[in-house]
Amino acid sequence: MIETKQRQDTATADPYSRQFERFVEPDAGKQPSWLFPLRKAGIARFAELGFPTLKDEDWRFTNVAPLAKLPFKPVFDSGVNGVTPETLSKFTFANLSGPRLVFVNGHFVKELSAIGAQPNGVRVLNLAAALTSDSGRLEQHLGRYVRIDAAAFAALNTAFFQDGAFIHVAAGVTVPEPIRLLFISTGRGPGATTHPRNLIIAEKQSRLTVIESYICTADTAYFTNGVTELVAGDDAVVEHLKFQDESLDAFHIATLHGQFGRHSRVNAHSFALGARLSRTNIHTDLAGEGLECVLNGLYLTKGEQLADHHMIVEHAQPRCASHEYFNGILEDKSRGVFHGRIYVHPVAQKTDAKQTNKNILLSDAAVVDTKPQLEIYADDVKCTHGATIGQLDEDSVYYLRSRGIGLDTARQMLIHAFAGEIIDRVKCEAAREELDKLIWERLEQNPHLAEKK
Amino acid sequence: MNNPFYAMNRPILEIKNLHAGVEGKQILKGVDLTINAGEVHAVMGPNGSGKSTLAAVLAGRDGYEVTEGQAIYCGKDLLDLDPEERAREGVFLAFQYPIEIPGVNTTYFLKAALNEIRKHKGEPELDAMEFLSLVKEKMKILHMPEDFLKRSVNDGFSGGEKKRNEIFQMAVLEPKLAVLDETDSGLDIDALKVVSEGVNRLKHADNAQLVITHYQRLLNFIVPDFVHVLVNGRVVKSGGKELALELEEKGYDWILHGELQPA
Repeated sequence: MIETKQRQDTATADPYSRQFERFVEPDAGKQPSWLFPLRKAGIARFAELGFPTLKDEDWRFTNVAPLAKLPFKPVFDSGVNGVTPETLSKFTFANLSGPRLVFVNGHFVKELSAIGAQPNGVRVLNLAAALTSDSGRLEQHLGRYVRIDAAAFAALNTAFFQDGAFIHVAAGVTVPEPIRLLFISTGRGPGATTHPRNLIIAEKQSRLTVIESYICTADTAYFTNGVTELVAGDDAVVEHLKFQDESLDAFHIATLHGQFGRHSRVNAHSFALGARLSRTNIHTDLAGEGLECVLNGLYLTKGEQLADHHMIVEHAQPRCASHEYFNGILEDKSRGVFHGRIYVHPVAQKTDAKQTNKNILLSDAAVVDTKPQLEIYADDVKCTHGATIGQLDEDSVYYLRSRGIGLDTARQMLIHAFAGEIIDRVKCEAAREELDKLIWERLEQNPHLAEKK
Repeated sequence: MNNPFYAMNRPILEIKNLHAGVEGKQILKGVDLTINAGEVHAVMGPNGSGKSTLAAVLAGRDGYEVTEGQAIYCGKDLLDLDPEERAREGVFLAFQYPIEIPGVNTTYFLKAALNEIRKHKGEPELDAMEFLSLVKEKMKILHMPEDFLKRSVNDGFSGGEKKRNEIFQMAVLEPKLAVLDETDSGLDIDALKVVSEGVNRLKHADNAQLVITHYQRLLNFIVPDFVHVLVNGRVVKSGGKELALELEEKGYDWILHGELQPA
């Protein structure tokens, strides 16, 4: 059992406790009885922990004080808030075919969603409705995976979540098209907070692709605090892609907790483009023998953005392979943080764990903090980790120029190739093409000022 | 440069008293060499003679300092041009150790390069279809694998294959001055023949080739008009293709310690 310690900053927790009493408790009766104790435990834990501070090891490089200072304004109304089908069509992945669930400010909007006919054994609906229709299954799984004892944000989400997605795929069933979850914030003012909560269960031998997008229609200092629990059964094949393109004034904290079964193959991707401060926690329990897990991510930061990825991969069974590939492209005064923890239990012989974090700094003021942490308690394992922080490879730039390609274009090509390494690992072709297009556009937007040559 | 008589009047490359070094160490100590249109020149020399430095300086590689002398390319000061400007003017260096650039697609890269050169010459740029039909034929000549165009630049190729890839690029870009830096090293006899055929096909009355090599063997296939021996940063002897054979027979010792001493 991995434990992390968190210092207390409990004074900041009070407004949250008050909001809980005002808005969540009164509704307890309207929800299944098993849920309220879960919520109570969440708020109690959050009250004990408070927001993490820089003194907390896991938050050493990521200062959430500005977030803690925001007025806490959970959004309770479920209006469309100006989002139209036309608005939707402009977002990335808009034109993919497949079921689509749209959430505006954390609330499901049926008129903008489209689920369509699903094969037998597939449940795709919003969590709030599933609390009633699928209560039994939710009780079995919701909150059973993510650990809130040391995670203030996950605890807060558990206390306050209103809605999100519930996806259940029965054994042996393949969901042919990717399921898209769109979480749209419409800028309801500083401190507007949503707690999207997703529960995704792919039973044994099932196949599923899920894309979670976090996007906005206005630039304000809102706060998205999401939790996704992802369960992959034995032999299941799952691709999960989180795409974060929040307002540059917003705060985005996301926790993905996965538990994977024997011989499963899971690819989890994280693309972090937006938000003033984003923190993605990925915790995977490799709970079955012989499974393969790829954690693949790209962060592009500029201005004063900070993108933080904290990973914990727990090898609890033998013969599992976990490969982490995270690339960062940082400009201006932005910051990247990567902390990759790998914990290999004594029983996990023949573990194959690999972790790579590569960063390109396009300015002198950009900063990356990268830290691998390997805790290996088995003796027959293969564990490698590597991190690089630097500029573009000079020999590559020169080679391209020697063929007639100008300096700026050569640099662009290499930066694209660097991002392409990550994009190319997305298996869903339609999603990969969209990402390729979008990320090229984003990279083009900034003149990557070449050094004097 | 569009003057058809230009080539007849002026050499393609004039190297005059070139002195160059790296990290404070002098390597080229007064190289003189003139290459006219339609000629193939070979530069041979023992290790450390300055062959690679010569290639690097002509190609505008960083880290080399020219301390004296000139290199005039088609009447222009070559050393004053950026690497991409040299390429656009028609200079091509086939590297001794071509690097891999994973993630940069070969077609994308080569088409971009070709179009930069065409743009510079005032020729229309090629679109994807036009580019593909242009390269199809050249791929056959150099026995390029079918998936070559889909791969990243030099990614996953052996050393010898990368050398062949260089010549393929040369065939596509059609330079006026091609500098081949030890193209033969790492090639077996079959690869050598394929590469040489590629190079020979590109020979033209209007262009020129500078073949830098340690061994004579390549020159059986790419037959030079002139052979120069570089020793200790200077050309100590020049001759026709027979000079290469003499060198092979007698070894570099003949030049270093025999009849000829560096000045």
